[in-house]
Amino acid sequence: MERVALLRYGEIHLKGLNRPYFERALYNNIVKALEPYEGVTVRKAEGRYYVENIGDDPRVFDSIAKVFGIISFSPALKVEKDVVAIQKAAEVLLREAMEAQAASQKETFTFKVESRRSDKSFYLNSMELSRKVGGYLLRRIPNLKVDVHNPMMTVNVEVREWAYVYCQIIPGAGGMPVGTNGKAVLLLSGGIDSPVAGWMIAKRGVEVTAVHYHSFPYTSERSKEKVIDLCRILSQYCGEIKLHVVPFTKIQQELYQKCPHNMLTILMRRFMMRIAEVVAHKEDAKALVTGESLGQVASQTIESLCATNDAVSMPVFRPLIGMDKIEIMDLARRIGTYETSILPYEDCCTIFVPKHPVTRPKLEKVREAEKLVEGEKLIEEAVANIEVLNIKG
Amino acid sequence: MGHEIYLDNAATTPVHPGVAEAVMECMLHDFGNPSSLHRMGLRADKKLKEARERIALALGVDAEGVFFTSGGTEANNLAIIGTALARKREGRHCITTQIEHPSVLNTFKYLEKEGWEVTYLPVNRDGVVSPDDVRRAIRPDTVLVSIMHVNNEIGSIQPIQEIGRLLKAQGNSPVFHVDAVQSFGKLDIKPVQWGIDLLSISGHKIHAPKGIGALYMRKGVKIHPLQWGGGQERGVRSGTENMPGIVGFGEAVRWLEEVDRDYLYRLKGILVAELTEKVPWAVINGPPPEKGAPHILSVSFPGIRGEVMLHALEEKGVYVGTGSACSSRRGHMSHVLEAIGAKKDVAQGAIRLSLSYLNTEDEMRQAARIIEQCVKELEGFVRR
Repeated sequence: MERVALLRYGEIHLKGLNRPYFERALYNNIVKALEPYEGVTVRKAEGRYYVENIGDDPRVFDSIAKVFGIISFSPALKVEKDVVAIQKAAEVLLREAMEAQAASQKETFTFKVESRRSDKSFYLNSMELSRKVGGYLLRRIPNLKVDVHNPMMTVNVEVREWAYVYCQIIPGAGGMPVGTNGKAVLLLSGGIDSPVAGWMIAKRGVEVTAVHYHSFPYTSERSKEKVIDLCRILSQYCGEIKLHVVPFTKIQQELYQKCPHNMLTILMRRFMMRIAEVVAHKEDAKALVTGESLGQVASQTIESLCATNDAVSMPVFRPLIGMDKIEIMDLARRIGTYETSILPYEDCCTIFVPKHPVTRPKLEKVREAEKLVEGEKLIEEAVANIEVLNIKG
Repeated sequence: MGHEIYLDNAATTPVHPGVAEAVMECMLHDFGNPSSLHRMGLRADKKLKEARERIALALGVDAEGVFFTSGGTEANNLAIIGTALARKREGRHCITTQIEHPSVLNTFKYLEKEGWEVTYLPVNRDGVVSPDDVRRAIRPDTVLVSIMHVNNEIGSIQPIQEIGRLLKAQGNSPVFHVDAVQSFGKLDIKPVQWGIDLLSISGHKIHAPKGIGALYMRKGVKIHPLQWGGGQERGVRSGTENMPGIVGFGEAVRWLEEVDRDYLYRLKGILVAELTEKVPWAVINGPPPEKGAPHILSVSFPGIRGEVMLHALEEKGVYVGTGSACSSRRGHMSHVLEAIGAKKDVAQGAIRLSLSYLNTEDEMRQAARIIEQCVKELEGFVRR
């Protein structure tokens, strides 16, 4: 009797001739995600993957739940194709499940057994196998009752090259294997939104490279550490992240000294986009990703987004565009970035935030204002001084 | 970056090399548990006694009155909650000031939730509480008066001696607790002569390691312990003694006996003179420098945020603080600067320079020069 996990993948099925490519990518991502666990192996079978030699470390399942491309998974017991072995495994799992649900011995616990066999040479058919396993469980565990319509627990038996028994089907992260859909540059602040945006894009199979704008001494070393921590959490889903820390103080100071103050934020964002685009070209990425959500703040009105888009020619993905702040926060909690995002490290960039920002900037005026600084030179200098960090979970 | 200048000694100090050696020796060789019956235990017990006596000597008190704790915060908690619990039948009113350290203020906040009444006395523009205010606040049910000796953010010195005297003249004689974490080792403290019943001190502010402090208790004062166990520290504070910390504390105090107490005032004098000459518009918060503590100087450059200045200075190798370390991470205004009536831009622009005996005169001049540089770089980016 061996503890394994049975991983199902979803959308990949849709891909025609590309399918082997997606399957290989997913395989590699699963292997990488499970690297920290010694001895654990991954095996590809028809329509699914098996994670074997799991041992007793439950964190393996947490890691599996974070791999994009897996639609659901089940902790299972792998046994010989033998009725007695299958019956014993079913008993172990059902008892565990009952314990986990704190089902008291006195109350009736309902269940059913569902069997499938892809190995048609197995000497019992599905119905017979279910009956044998069910009967055994009823004899072994008191207060158990069969309910085929609405059971509290379903014991699944699959007879393939081995027999697999499982009770739980846990939802996976969904989406597509990271790396199968190209690469994009994520503009990552220390806030709540941008990590969620990165997560959503990675979920669609995109490899994420991050840029962060650092305005020392207006933002501290600690706020940079916070962004590194956020990357670490994200990398549990998207694999290693290359983080580009861009020195941004000089650009902010120049804008502050030379440009109209009500446009500071929009101008700053244009510079951020441009630098991100330069990084994207270098990294062979094909799009930019931001955490903007329509109307959330002055720089996220339609007019402002137009003015920001105007600075670059690359497509800009804004996966949060239609989400409410509350929804974004909920998702951040689920992903695990929320607690880090809300850490209150000083952000003294507020002096560069206009007291009365324009909410509907006119594109021509923004372009005019921008000419007051030597944009090319500033960007070149910032890019030349980028600090690159490779971050892994 | 060349030489680094550490001017955040009110937050914590580097451990003195001699102290580190004593701590190392204690961890590697005299590692016994003072409660053990064998020779190793006895050896540790002797070290414990020695350290206790050292500290008692420095305070001019009996060694039996010194109880080791995990630091200043625990000493303050023990003094305040311990007294409140021990005297709850006599009354439930306490007096403190608006500018205490969070380990005192938040302890009183807790007591308020539990049904005690607390009077928070104001301070004047120099950050000093008036003894008359203390006298007027006393009620028949006042059981505890807790006032810090030196304020950690602006260095103001409270009239402890006077307050102690007037408290002793009271009929019901409330317990007098003094948080001396910032003054111990820098200013004279005479608990016996000044009528202090409880006094908190901490090791890491005077070049001992973190995690060690002490509470002095006058003989006859009763407090209720806050933790129970093997009855160490005569039942006041159970738990195996932090021997490396205690030995380090004792050694630091021994070393302080040799230092020239006026040295810090000389350093501060140089720093103030250089700074006011180079940046004439700098605002000094709290008491005039010569009237404040010798090691703390709070100065503002209105319009330049304290945190920004702090980071700009660290880039050039000068480490300073903004208020207390505990509050510098929160966005809002310091309660101390608010209490002395500082304007918003002054309060937000405050940095704290705090000195130790390990700083040099030359460092003061260099620091002033670097501060001037940073001010020049940043003054163009004041929020308009």
